[in-house]
Amino acid sequence: MLRLGVLLGLAMSVAVPVRAETPDPVTTFSLDNGMEVVVIEDHRAPAVVHMVWYKAGAADEQPGASGVAHFLEHLLFKGTDTLEPGEFSATVAANGGTDNAFTSYDQTAYFQRVAADRLGLMMQMEADRMLNIRLGPDDILTERDVIIEERNQRVENDPAALFREQTRAALYLNHPYGTPVIGWKHEMEALDLDDALSFYRTHYAPNNAVLVVAGDVTPEEVRRLAEEHYAPLPPNPALGERVRPQEPVQMAERRLSFRDPRVAQPYVIRSYLAPERDSGAQEKAAALTLLAEVLGGGQTSVMTQKLQFETQKAVYTSAFYSGVSLDDTSFGLVIVPAPGVTLEEAEAAMDATLAEFLETGVDPEQLERIKFQIRAQQIYGRDDAGSLARRYGRALTEGLTVEDVQAWPEILDAVTGEDIIAAAREVFDRDRSVTGYLMNTETAEVTQ
Amino acid sequence: MMMRLILSCALALTALTAQAEIDIQEVESPGGFKAWLVEEPSIPFVALELRFKGGGSLDLPGKRGATNLMVGLLEEGAGEMSARDFAAARESIAARIGYDLGDDSVRISATFLTETQDEAVELLRASLVEPRFDADAIERVRRQVLSSVRSDATDPNEIVSAAFDRMVFGDHPYGSSLDGTLESVAALSREDLVTAHRNAIAQDRVYVAAAGDISAEELGALMDRLLSDLPETGASMPERVEVETEAGVTVVPFETPQSVAIFGHEGLPRDHPDFFTAYVLNEMLGAGGFESRLMDEVREKRGLTYGVYSYLVPKDHAELYLGRVASANDRIAEAIEVIRAEWRKMAEEGATQEELEAAKTYLTGAYPLRFDGNRPIARILVGMQMDDLSPDYVTTRNAQIEAVTLEDVKRVAGELLKPDALHFVVVGQPEGLESTLGQ
Repeated sequence: MLRLGVLLGLAMSVAVPVRAETPDPVTTFSLDNGMEVVVIEDHRAPAVVHMVWYKAGAADEQPGASGVAHFLEHLLFKGTDTLEPGEFSATVAANGGTDNAFTSYDQTAYFQRVAADRLGLMMQMEADRMLNIRLGPDDILTERDVIIEERNQRVENDPAALFREQTRAALYLNHPYGTPVIGWKHEMEALDLDDALSFYRTHYAPNNAVLVVAGDVTPEEVRRLAEEHYAPLPPNPALGERVRPQEPVQMAERRLSFRDPRVAQPYVIRSYLAPERDSGAQEKAAALTLLAEVLGGGQTSVMTQKLQFETQKAVYTSAFYSGVSLDDTSFGLVIVPAPGVTLEEAEAAMDATLAEFLETGVDPEQLERIKFQIRAQQIYGRDDAGSLARRYGRALTEGLTVEDVQAWPEILDAVTGEDIIAAAREVFDRDRSVTGYLMNTETAEVTQ
Repeated sequence: MMMRLILSCALALTALTAQAEIDIQEVESPGGFKAWLVEEPSIPFVALELRFKGGGSLDLPGKRGATNLMVGLLEEGAGEMSARDFAAARESIAARIGYDLGDDSVRISATFLTETQDEAVELLRASLVEPRFDADAIERVRRQVLSSVRSDATDPNEIVSAAFDRMVFGDHPYGSSLDGTLESVAALSREDLVTAHRNAIAQDRVYVAAAGDISAEELGALMDRLLSDLPETGASMPERVEVETEAGVTVVPFETPQSVAIFGHEGLPRDHPDFFTAYVLNEMLGAGGFESRLMDEVREKRGLTYGVYSYLVPKDHAELYLGRVASANDRIAEAIEVIRAEWRKMAEEGATQEELEAAKTYLTGAYPLRFDGNRPIARILVGMQMDDLSPDYVTTRNAQIEAVTLEDVKRVAGELLKPDALHFVVVGQPEGLESTLGQ
């Protein structure tokens, strides 16, 4: 396989590794103010990853203020009552560490990687900016320019990214997952201090946060430091349930064509609305996770074999599903047609492959190989404490529990070929789907 | 089987006050292959890194892209196995093998479980020693490469790299994409791939590192099995190329809202006595942290970009000092003006003691944190060998950073930073910028 995943800008969503869990030394507890704590021990290197995850992301924004969750994430580096703008990162760097943050639909996370004995200092600063940021009008304007340049870089300069935004907006009729995390450009340009502070005061509080520490630490040490730095923070008593507008019954297939002169390689993406992993009920999501592997996970997968090896209708195919989501997620299929194959022909070939797969069922040998890889992942995964930290932090801000995360490998292992086919039949409903064609301005509908 | 352990040195990495030990063994196999090893038996798997020096720059004249297509085909059928058989075998033992190509090396990264180590080594060996280059696989992978080449032609990030490389390196292999062109890739024959394989994958250019659940004896046997049947010698290395640039701008018109720029001039070889000083200098100028001057001036103070970076590029046959920035078409001219001014200011005045101390604490503190898993350790170890460093580098490296003085920085800034050679290649529709003459 060559670098087409990256080429299509799908690397993050296509390469859905089969996530599996280990019987790791994971310890959890809560502070009296409601802050949850997860400790993952790995004593091989004298380092820790310190992460604070907020159960608030782009899907929690007020209508009309898209991008404010991400904007606020940038502004949290701008100073507090006791830290000058930029001093947070400068202090981390002066201690030999690195720091960053990211925003998704369902969470915002801040993290530092430092020597283990600097953990207390990280907690002190992170606790400070949970409640005490101080922002001036200049910070707002300059940083708004920065996020607009970020959007330019990630989206406006990349027709595939624009296409994904349009596809997503069509998939979700009512849920805020249809709005891009970085925000619609016209709304980003109008974001102001009040928008940012309103989001901050509503969502940033210890009872809406999860602390994850991974690395060369003991749970006792983390508890002692967390009691010192985070426990004194007052919870927000007004914190409400995370309720977003949900999808209505979807009754009509959506199709869209996106044309841009910068498109050199046209392709087809189909996205179906799909259920997510729910606490205590992850079986269907497990079947869909394996379905994505069976269809598109590597060289022996169904789509690759049929469409790239046998019929040679495609230069690249993929299937992707990420079950970790608070609300309805999506199951996606991609086909990049071979030269001389139109997008219609490619789509038809893909649908024929799916239909044949539903009739034939899952190859038991392929399923066994996939399951062995899942078991191996539990071993490989122990090499990367930071990755484990992200897995727990993400799950715990998506409505899952530590128990759900730890049960996941076994649930995956128990999935049968019949389960996979049943999940496929349920999800592959065109009335709950969007089919998008990405095309060059010159691409004719019927010939490519 | 006798194993010769040349040296085993235990190194204490000091992360401020925290401690971790990394014990690098130099291993030589009965067959004479050398490797560096960190034994770490607590997780039952092995991370193995192989590098073959030469890489994409070994393409023969008129055969641009041959090495790339060859590397793409290593996992597409080998020995008795078809592409599908090979993939199924690899999946059935949950081994991961990545084949990748750079300008100066073929990079192979493998991770495999201790329990399936022998099978993994057989697969890896087959792909290196007996790739089949079946006709159907060649066509399949060729189509993927061509698709990638077509896409790169309308991707501003790729266009800007290609334009800068062409300007600086011309007809040298560094001057064009190692993927090849639509024409050159279309014309490659099976024989070209066999030649590329023989030229690039040979014993005289291999570097090996491993970390994880494997002993020195086992690693020795593994190397002999893996490498003994490869040709002893490959193709000769490409020639050195001197970098010459002029201050100025080259605009490559492309309809897109944000202009993307690469800027730079001649750099410094990895083994130059001033390399450490240059590395520390770059940390202060533009390595990308929010503390660097470029990030502070262009992003933090003016909001002109999401990211601006500079970096030393010591290739095997040329050296560059490069930077990157992207700004909206109506703001890129200002970003470039600020970068030019900072480049000149640092060249003329050097840095402050405060900046130097901050850079040193960051660099020395961050270094031990890199060794945080078998996979990163194996990658670091193979890279050190390719840079001709000794195992005790991991203990001396921070002292070398600490030894850099403000006077060193000022002198090297004056020599390394060349405002009068700093050239910008800009892809987009930049307002207020036009190509200067000469380049």
